[in-house]
Amino acid sequence: MSLADQLLQYLITGVSVGMVYGLVGLGITIIFNATGIINFAQGEFVMLGGMIAVALTAARLPLAAAVILAVAAVTMVALVTERLAIRPLRGASVIPLIIATIGVSLILQGGAKLVWGPEAVRLPAFSGEQPIRIGGGGIDPQRLWVMGLAALSVAAVQLFFKYTLAGKAMRACAINRAAARLVGISIDRMVRLSFAMSAALAALGGVVLTPVALMQCSQGTHYTLTGFLAAVLGGLGSGLGAVLGGILLGIVESLSAGFISSGYSKAIALAVALVVLWWRPEGLVRRRQA
Amino acid sequence: MIYKHMTKVIRAVGLAVFAALIVAPLVLRSAYLTTTGVLIGIHAIIAVGLGLLMGYAGQVSLGHAAFYGLGAYCSAILTTKVGLPPLVGIVAGMVITAIIALVVGAPTLRLRGHYLAMFTLGLGMIAQIIFNQAQGLTGGFSGISGIPRFSVGRLVVDTDAEAYILVLVVLAATIIIAHNVVNSRTGRALRALHESEIAASVCGVNVARAKLEVFVLSAVLASVAGSLYAHFITFISPDPFGFRFSVNLLVMVVVGGASSVWGPVAGATLFTVLAQFLQKAGEQVPYLDAVDTMLFGAVLVLVVIFLQQGLVSLPARLRSRRRSSQEQGAY
Repeated sequence: MSLADQLLQYLITGVSVGMVYGLVGLGITIIFNATGIINFAQGEFVMLGGMIAVALTAARLPLAAAVILAVAAVTMVALVTERLAIRPLRGASVIPLIIATIGVSLILQGGAKLVWGPEAVRLPAFSGEQPIRIGGGGIDPQRLWVMGLAALSVAAVQLFFKYTLAGKAMRACAINRAAARLVGISIDRMVRLSFAMSAALAALGGVVLTPVALMQCSQGTHYTLTGFLAAVLGGLGSGLGAVLGGILLGIVESLSAGFISSGYSKAIALAVALVVLWWRPEGLVRRRQA
Repeated sequence: MIYKHMTKVIRAVGLAVFAALIVAPLVLRSAYLTTTGVLIGIHAIIAVGLGLLMGYAGQVSLGHAAFYGLGAYCSAILTTKVGLPPLVGIVAGMVITAIIALVVGAPTLRLRGHYLAMFTLGLGMIAQIIFNQAQGLTGGFSGISGIPRFSVGRLVVDTDAEAYILVLVVLAATIIIAHNVVNSRTGRALRALHESEIAASVCGVNVARAKLEVFVLSAVLASVAGSLYAHFITFISPDPFGFRFSVNLLVMVVVGGASSVWGPVAGATLFTVLAQFLQKAGEQVPYLDAVDTMLFGAVLVLVVIFLQQGLVSLPARLRSRRRSSQEQGAY
């Protein structure tokens, strides 16, 4: 395999993993825009999505049904979370909210471990394992599923914000919550909607990634962190920025796994992101004036 | 009048019980109690620092396990591989930790609450990967064994009882430092900015600097605790220095209450006793670790919702409730 083929493969791996980071980052952005909360349980939604889909296919459900049910189940979990842990803290400062979402992430993580055990699990690939040959190398078709579904959901979210009434109301919330309330937008409903959407995005990311990256109950924290870094790299507040930030993070991780060290690849990607943010805390993408 | 007397009696009894608990491991000569006591002390040293950061600087760190590990690994590496005395190890750990905390804290503490939390979370994950991967230095999974007991010159902290006394001395010093910070100019400034950052900065308080000082102090305290841990257990591996421990520290501070210096001490005591018990029980019951992860998560959510000032605020709360019910009765 030539260097170019290798590079292509690393790029595809990086972009596909990065798009999942981006989906998590997009979800973090949506919740942040609607509520000002950074949800530290966001990565657990990725993990739960993957785990539930695996459990459902193991129960002999067809793959498509398992995927849809897993996303729906995680969305329900997010709504319950919002009701029980977030709403009682309305008006609280940053620290109690951070602690509450960390508490939720522990509950989900412990629950997942109790139900499915600590081992990594795998989902069958959506359309076979036969690699698609390009040049001297091959691409895992599942990577295309990851990229395709992620791109579709990002596009859907953008359209939702641009053209639907609920989407416009959520944007109004992000710009000025008090003013949004004055024109009759129900903040409660917007908060619920933001949790539901972001959980669905994260769960979908988890489900499509599980056939190639495996899933383990302890992995949620990693996705929370990478998702947050993606969101901040993208300027915290911009959805597309978060997706781009995630892709960048994924590429750095995959290139350093390929060319430097697989043991250190995650550390290198995190360190690069932290250094970039250290230098430019406002992110790489300048936030559009809303 | 009788009521005033009562509080004095309660306070005296409380102090006596407190003193008895502190000397109990030494008097009873129980190895289990002494070990638990040392661990409580070590946890309390870190928790007091983290409590300062949370209660007075209004910031959360999710990476204090990394600073704890940094202290432990510095001590372990410098004493076993380089052959330097333990005191050099502790000081080296403190210096390195302070530098890292400065580098991480300086830019992030100017930003809003969640930046420091995420940066320290990232730092913790990077540290965990390095502890595991840098085998030449850290021994990887298998860790470093044969760490000597702590000593200064010819004074060697040989027995567990002596280690317990050492930890108590360091904890006492930590509490005194924390009290001074709370009552210092910086402390007053921090309390002011906890009410309103804008008001504090208008009054000429350098908000970012005050937060940074507390963050560095709390990181250095974690590093000292890590060194003490390494010299006490005499063996370290990456496991105790992961994200989970950072969360445990958070539980200690939140449950105890960050609004007073004693809150984290109470939280550390309660947590450590419970954790020791659960660990023993976990040998018989499978999956208990998953259950206690859930339990601690639920505790965090519940305390934040129902008892935001932590356990130390409970007596004052009950008192004010009783008083208000008495007043109601008068009408």
